[in-house]
Amino acid sequence: MTIFSSQLFMSAIIFGTVILYGALGEILAEKSGNLNLGVPGIMYLGAIAGLAGAFFYEMSTPDPNGFLCLVISLVCSFAASCLGGLLYSFLTITLRVNQNVTGLTLTIFGGGIANFFGGALNTLAGGVGQISVASTSAVYRASLPFANDLGSFGKVIFGHGFLVYVALVLAVCMAWFLNRTRTGLNLRAVGENPATADAAGINVTRYKYVATCLGAGISGLGGLYYTMDYVKGTWASDGTIESLGWLAVALVIFATWKPINVIWGAYLFGYLRWLYNYIEGLGRSSQEIFKMIPYIVTIVVLILVSIRKKRENQPPASLGLSYFREER
Amino acid sequence: MSSPAIHTAPLVRIAKRDGIALWKSCLIRLAAVFLALVLSGLFIYSLTKLNPVDVYKAMYDGAFGTSRRTWITVREVMTLLCIAIGLAPAFKMRFWNIGAEGQVLIGGIVTAGMMIHLGNTMSTPLLLLVMGVASLAAGAVWGLIPALFKARWNTNETLFTLMLNYVAIQLTSYCVSLWENPYGSNVVGQINQQTRSGWFPELFGISCGLNVLLVLVLTVGMYIYLRYSKQGYEIAVLGESVNTARYAGIKPSKVIIRTMILSGAICGLAGFIAVAGADHTISVDTAGGRGFTAIIVAWIAKFNTFVMLLISLLLVFLQQGAIEIATQFGLNDFAANVITGIILFCIIGSEFFINYRLIPRSGKEAKGA
Amino acid sequence: MATEYAVELRGVTKTFGPVVANDRVDLQIHRGEILSLLGENGSGKTTLMNMLSGIYYPDAGEILVNGKAVTIHSPKDAFDLGIGMIHQHFKLVDVLTATENIVLGLKEPGRLDLKAAARRIREICDKYGFAVDPEKKIYDMSVSEKQTVEIVKVLYRGANILILDEPTAVLTPQETARLFAVLRNMKADGKSIVIITHKLHEVMEISDRVAVLRKGAYVGDVATCDTDPQKLTDMMVGHAVTLNIDRPEPKERTKRLEVRGLTVRNQYGVKALDDVTFDVYGGEILGIAGISGCGQKELLESIAGLQRIETGSIRYFPADDGGQTEKELVGMSPLAIKKAGVALSFVPEDRLGMGLVGSMGMTDNMMLRSYRKGLPIFTNRRDPKKLAEQVREQLEVVTPGVNTPVRRLSGGNVQKVLVGREIAAAPKVLMTAYAVRGLDINTSYTIYNLLTAQKIEGVAVVYVGEDLDVLLELCDRILVLCSGKVNGILDGRTTTKEEVGLRMTNLQEKEGAAQ
Repeated sequence: MTIFSSQLFMSAIIFGTVILYGALGEILAEKSGNLNLGVPGIMYLGAIAGLAGAFFYEMSTPDPNGFLCLVISLVCSFAASCLGGLLYSFLTITLRVNQNVTGLTLTIFGGGIANFFGGALNTLAGGVGQISVASTSAVYRASLPFANDLGSFGKVIFGHGFLVYVALVLAVCMAWFLNRTRTGLNLRAVGENPATADAAGINVTRYKYVATCLGAGISGLGGLYYTMDYVKGTWASDGTIESLGWLAVALVIFATWKPINVIWGAYLFGYLRWLYNYIEGLGRSSQEIFKMIPYIVTIVVLILVSIRKKRENQPPASLGLSYFREER
Repeated sequence: MSSPAIHTAPLVRIAKRDGIALWKSCLIRLAAVFLALVLSGLFIYSLTKLNPVDVYKAMYDGAFGTSRRTWITVREVMTLLCIAIGLAPAFKMRFWNIGAEGQVLIGGIVTAGMMIHLGNTMSTPLLLLVMGVASLAAGAVWGLIPALFKARWNTNETLFTLMLNYVAIQLTSYCVSLWENPYGSNVVGQINQQTRSGWFPELFGISCGLNVLLVLVLTVGMYIYLRYSKQGYEIAVLGESVNTARYAGIKPSKVIIRTMILSGAICGLAGFIAVAGADHTISVDTAGGRGFTAIIVAWIAKFNTFVMLLISLLLVFLQQGAIEIATQFGLNDFAANVITGIILFCIIGSEFFINYRLIPRSGKEAKGA
Repeated sequence: MATEYAVELRGVTKTFGPVVANDRVDLQIHRGEILSLLGENGSGKTTLMNMLSGIYYPDAGEILVNGKAVTIHSPKDAFDLGIGMIHQHFKLVDVLTATENIVLGLKEPGRLDLKAAARRIREICDKYGFAVDPEKKIYDMSVSEKQTVEIVKVLYRGANILILDEPTAVLTPQETARLFAVLRNMKADGKSIVIITHKLHEVMEISDRVAVLRKGAYVGDVATCDTDPQKLTDMMVGHAVTLNIDRPEPKERTKRLEVRGLTVRNQYGVKALDDVTFDVYGGEILGIAGISGCGQKELLESIAGLQRIETGSIRYFPADDGGQTEKELVGMSPLAIKKAGVALSFVPEDRLGMGLVGSMGMTDNMMLRSYRKGLPIFTNRRDPKKLAEQVREQLEVVTPGVNTPVRRLSGGNVQKVLVGREIAAAPKVLMTAYAVRGLDINTSYTIYNLLTAQKIEGVAVVYVGEDLDVLLELCDRILVLCSGKVNGILDGRTTTKEEVGLRMTNLQEKEGAAQ
């Protein structure tokens, strides 16, 4: 039980991965100028859709096929989150409703839907804690066969389900996409200055829609990973997903909108989130104070960024604003 | 090639309205509320197979069926409305105070702490006064922090206040574990259950009379403040344009700080009302997402506190109704959140039709809608 | 079917609310010509071209490119048709480099190769003599560098039809000459070029043909070789320019402001004002001339207490008592200036973004400078309402009511509200920035007369203007600003347009652009 215990690192990576997905999706949306405060709701949607998909598949067959489990839950999760993103996009981009208001509504709505149907699934399965999509969860939790032979260090690095590594690859890909591709360059321009992007022949509306919906899909995977890996394919409406969702929003600021920073930031947040458990002699009340650290750190970063005013570290300039071409 | 019309013009174009008649905007909003009622009716129908008329009857029953339910509904409306009133001046200034949840909790913590430690040492009216003032001060501080940074370095207030919510939630958890009763339960339980020290007394023979009185005074007061006071005028100018404000000799930083102190203080007071006037306990659910819902209430109402009252009433009615239906049919309480989401989506979507108009392809647009 | 036209507009109409910006305009652009689109401010030149470049969509009418009817929904459509526009307000993304801005939105085959793109940009620059660093971020660039990037962007895309909106407003004479050389090369290449401008000497110098717009309507076109500035002016304004602004001799000039060594840096640390020294007298109109962005805005805002001043002093003399009661304004906030009893009125350039609150009615806007008066805590709307009614009546403001949001009024009426309020404050110093920009002739004269009346009453009027003819007929003295420096103070009655124009553009060397 030390602050360097491998168990702590394992937990840090698990929660870090949830946050990582949430933050990567949010970066994509924010780069298009959409401050999507619906991320917690979207992660909820991804979690419940993946769980429900797997649940009904496993109910329908006595011998669930692992690959099908995986595909069904992934597709359900991604699709449901994208739909959440689509609703947000329609309201903010087409109907030009205020982004904060829409995002917060989506968080209330997503949390409501997920916990409502989560509870319903629990009832269907015969009581709280009874629902378990064991086969699907097993696929998500499968690690490399040799991971356990590598000692605690190897286990920390290799002992996770595949989504942990997918998240890393995704982060690197996103950094490459944003900085090295035409589409990424165009997307950044849309978020910085939509009028300019428009004048350059970029379809601002389409970029915003696609980025926000795909971003939502990616964020939703965070919810799915939490459900399938951390709570082993069950449902608990304890609000953890929501709090991790807000951490993801925080992380985007902490990482100053850069996907590579998000990687270490996510694990750091995961680490800080569990650290209290591993410090000797910390009372239960002091633990709660400890859990504040990620948020405080984010606030400090936010303040520092605003004081230093380095142009590269600022939020996308049009973040939070809707774009209307004929505005005079 | 001789046709004067452009053949492939877009099907509809969107143009900003210059203004809209009051009755039109009311009609659009009513249509949105109607749509929301239909959608939530459908949602409940799909789960319970209850016919739509019975759905609304059951909902009405849930919100106003017994006098106890009525008072709970009224109490909930008042708490939500109080937070929305607190947010109104900040939003009118275009300061995105997403931190109401935290400001409410901070007010609640202070109130609960005083109830526990000062209860029975002074009379309830005096204690209420002390708690009220303390919660105002605590909320004000919580609102002041992001305002200071906004005023000095233009630090993004949306993200700052959002983060402060979680700091406040952890502070609440910390206090809950300090004050838990019984030991090890991790809940505070009803504070001063025997003595009722620091509880809101009955007023005019109504259990939540004081809640109603306080919040209605605030409703009227905030309406007057925003409409007729010099500070309200400054807020309106600053919200429209920082440059105009500076031109008029208004110091933006001063107004931002002053307004956020006010906004945070009223939200803190909402925490006091929630703890001393309703729950008589403190937990991380004391704010219960109302800080977020209130943001939407204030925004939709365009900072008119009387409209906020109507919207709060509608929302709480649907929530309480949904909870009742959920209980009857063995569903869980989260149905209320789903319904809230539906109605909010409908209302905020309707704002588009108030601010913009669609021009069909034929191009014969009416001049000056 | 005639296809010698690169672009043809037929009956194009565009309205903004009650304002008709373009009324059934027919216009042809030939291949391989330089066409000047001439018109006063607010005559609808930019709106018309914005419909070609996909920024606006016409309400009615037809656009033909190379003889084919086309619809241009977006800038992308325009680009696909080979139409490229350089806007007056640059469309650049600040945090990106020049190269990134230039390749933005392009659909070239293959992956994004910024190095290759930078190489091509350098080639274009070398060919035409531009100086631009492809790696430089836009936010590090000066105004003229930014415009260069804009032009290179269009060249890079190989547009066949090039539209430039007031391209020379921010350029030095040398840069203008270089630009014109580029344009001639492109013309030789068979490309069509449209220049939107209201500077006649440039029209005469560069263009083959001139098309004139007046109040949104197409007046006609003429070959440049068949015309002269006088004829063009007649076409532009409808009648010969005999402004006939009444200009009485100043009486009892009393010193009101003394500006000494004023230096102000803009947000990027560049000197916007550099050692500016001059005096302002009551009973006269001091004109301030200069190409746009040469420190006019900063100068007026410094006096109004809205700018951070690096060095220098601004002294205000409330009475003619030999400087006994003078006040130093530097370091004072607008409120402090007001409280110190300085009778200063200011009509800023940005009417709805600084001088007025667009969503408020006339009454509430009258309160903007006076709401602190009266009882504590609550506002008094009675006097402002009276004032609003008075301004509405005296200046003939067209509005449905004094509570109608001023945003809904036309530009001229908005300006009347603003000027009316500022004059009603009984100032000793009245500063106006582009007071007649976008206004019709009648309203412009209303404004001139108001200013002259103020001068007769002994007010010190500062008039920042862009139309030299007006400056020459309205002002008693003309201060010429060039790149933030005072480049001469001339007598309005004896100086010539050429003299002022020369001083506006000819400072010893270009400065203030680089850091």
